Amino acid sequence: MKLWENGVFALGVWETVYMVLLSTFIAYIIGLPLGIILSVTDKEGICPIRWLNKIIGFIVNIFRSIPFIILMVAILPAAKLFVGTSMGNRAMIFTLVVAAAPYVARMVESSIKEVDKGVIEAAQAMGTSSFGIIRKVLVPEAAPSLIVGAVISTVTILGYSAMAGTIAGGGLGKIAIIDGYQRSEYDVIWVSMLLTIVIVEIIQEVGMRIAMKNDKRIK
Amino acid sequence: MIELKNLTKIFHTVSGDICALKNIDLCVNDGEIFGIIGLSGAGKSTLVRCINLLERPTEGAVIIDGRDITKLNKKELLLVRRNIGMIFQGFNLLAQRNVIKNVCYPLEIAGTPKEEAKNRARELLKLVGLSDREKAYPSQLSGGQKQRVAIARALATNPKYLLCDEATSALDPNTTQSILELLKRINKEFGVTIVVITHEMKVIDSICDRVAVIDKSVIAEQGKVSDVFVNPKSDIARDLILPKTVITDTVHGEKRLRIIFDGEASGRPVISNLVISSGVPVNIMFADTKDIDGKAYGQMILQIPEGENNYERVTAYLDSIKLKYSEEV
Repeated sequence: MKLWENGVFALGVWETVYMVLLSTFIAYIIGLPLGIILSVTDKEGICPIRWLNKIIGFIVNIFRSIPFIILMVAILPAAKLFVGTSMGNRAMIFTLVVAAAPYVARMVESSIKEVDKGVIEAAQAMGTSSFGIIRKVLVPEAAPSLIVGAVISTVTILGYSAMAGTIAGGGLGKIAIIDGYQRSEYDVIWVSMLLTIVIVEIIQEVGMRIAMKNDKRIK
Repeated sequence: MIELKNLTKIFHTVSGDICALKNIDLCVNDGEIFGIIGLSGAGKSTLVRCINLLERPTEGAVIIDGRDITKLNKKELLLVRRNIGMIFQGFNLLAQRNVIKNVCYPLEIAGTPKEEAKNRARELLKLVGLSDREKAYPSQLSGGQKQRVAIARALATNPKYLLCDEATSALDPNTTQSILELLKRINKEFGVTIVVITHEMKVIDSICDRVAVIDKSVIAEQGKVSDVFVNPKSDIARDLILPKTVITDTVHGEKRLRIIFDGEASGRPVISNLVISSGVPVNIMFADTKDIDGKAYGQMILQIPEGENNYERVTAYLDSIKLKYSEEV
């Protein structure tokens, strides 16, 4: 099979890994602050701001409720505006970030909300400002849960990336569908799938180990 | 000095307004240990949270060292809070920080240089007897040890006041006693004014100077612990001091006497002497006494058999040895 000789799979694995990791990273740059804002401005949060919480929550919900495959084709034209092209890996990273950031925001929100209310109260009693509580209590105390969330988000984004591969950009998804499915080369599909499983397993294993190592509650 | 003036707290909930505190007037003097006792739901946790404004009172003033802190802005309030340490029933340590970093936390917030903060934390860990556990995480400590860390943390910034919200309620009796002794020591050695919230009379009577009894959102009575102890005026205070189960049917004509030990020399065989010198064979119905530093604290209920002047003979003896008592009905 030619695909092996040309190093297509090797390139596919590389493209998938770097696009997924880069998208996840950028999605966190946007989603992490959003998630923190969502949790602290909640009516049970340390700094309730009803209108801000409602607005961000509403926007996040809109993006979360559109299936990725539809969102992707809908926003591809916008990719040209933001990253200069609606083709290839750059456009694909754009669509992945748009789809993943709201997802990440909700993941972060739920991790932050798990932090023990008593600990927050103690920090307030010691004269910590709201920003200090975010920096020194909420994020560090939620760290293990945030890491687990990041692992789940990464795997979800990996799933998105396979779909995105059908219309823009490369990676294992594109190989499986364009080179495998459309040419009825089933061994290509199987190999792509196998490689995807291996990548997921590695992300899962490494991520969970980091989370466990960082959690001082277990011991 | 902490003064609460006409403090009222109303919680607005979907099922209507709940009045947690009503017209509370309270004054905690510098250097004393002040107890607030009440059953759960009486409003005592809300009350202590009003002192550092973790709960904002709906009405009334919280005056600390002459300043009404309900009128301060956010920044000023943060500084006031750094002068009021607080410990909790659930310890509330940062689970992802080890012992010494927990103690360093308030110093970090206050902007103390790292080395200085560490030295101060070590000093405090020595005080609470946990010098050897500074690298341990809260999950590796027992309840009593966690509360000791919490105490060290609360004292890190040298606060003038320490609030204790049911600080011993999650601990076993022995650990409770050792934590109470530590609090007493902190009060004596560093002059920290302590406010203790509890539902246990033994906490009040082992460390507090004065006590306020809170019931159904209002203060039922307050005063020196020995006064409230000897002569509880409100029903709730009587209930808290004397377990209800003690009251059993009285045989007609028999009298009961509650005698109070509040610092008698514990070596003295009071009851034996009473029986010998009065010649009345009293019956001990209930006894709850303990020995602290060679002094007896607690109370006993004696049943005095019917008979000529038995009651008078017993009380005469008690008067002669200056032991406090009251007639039980």
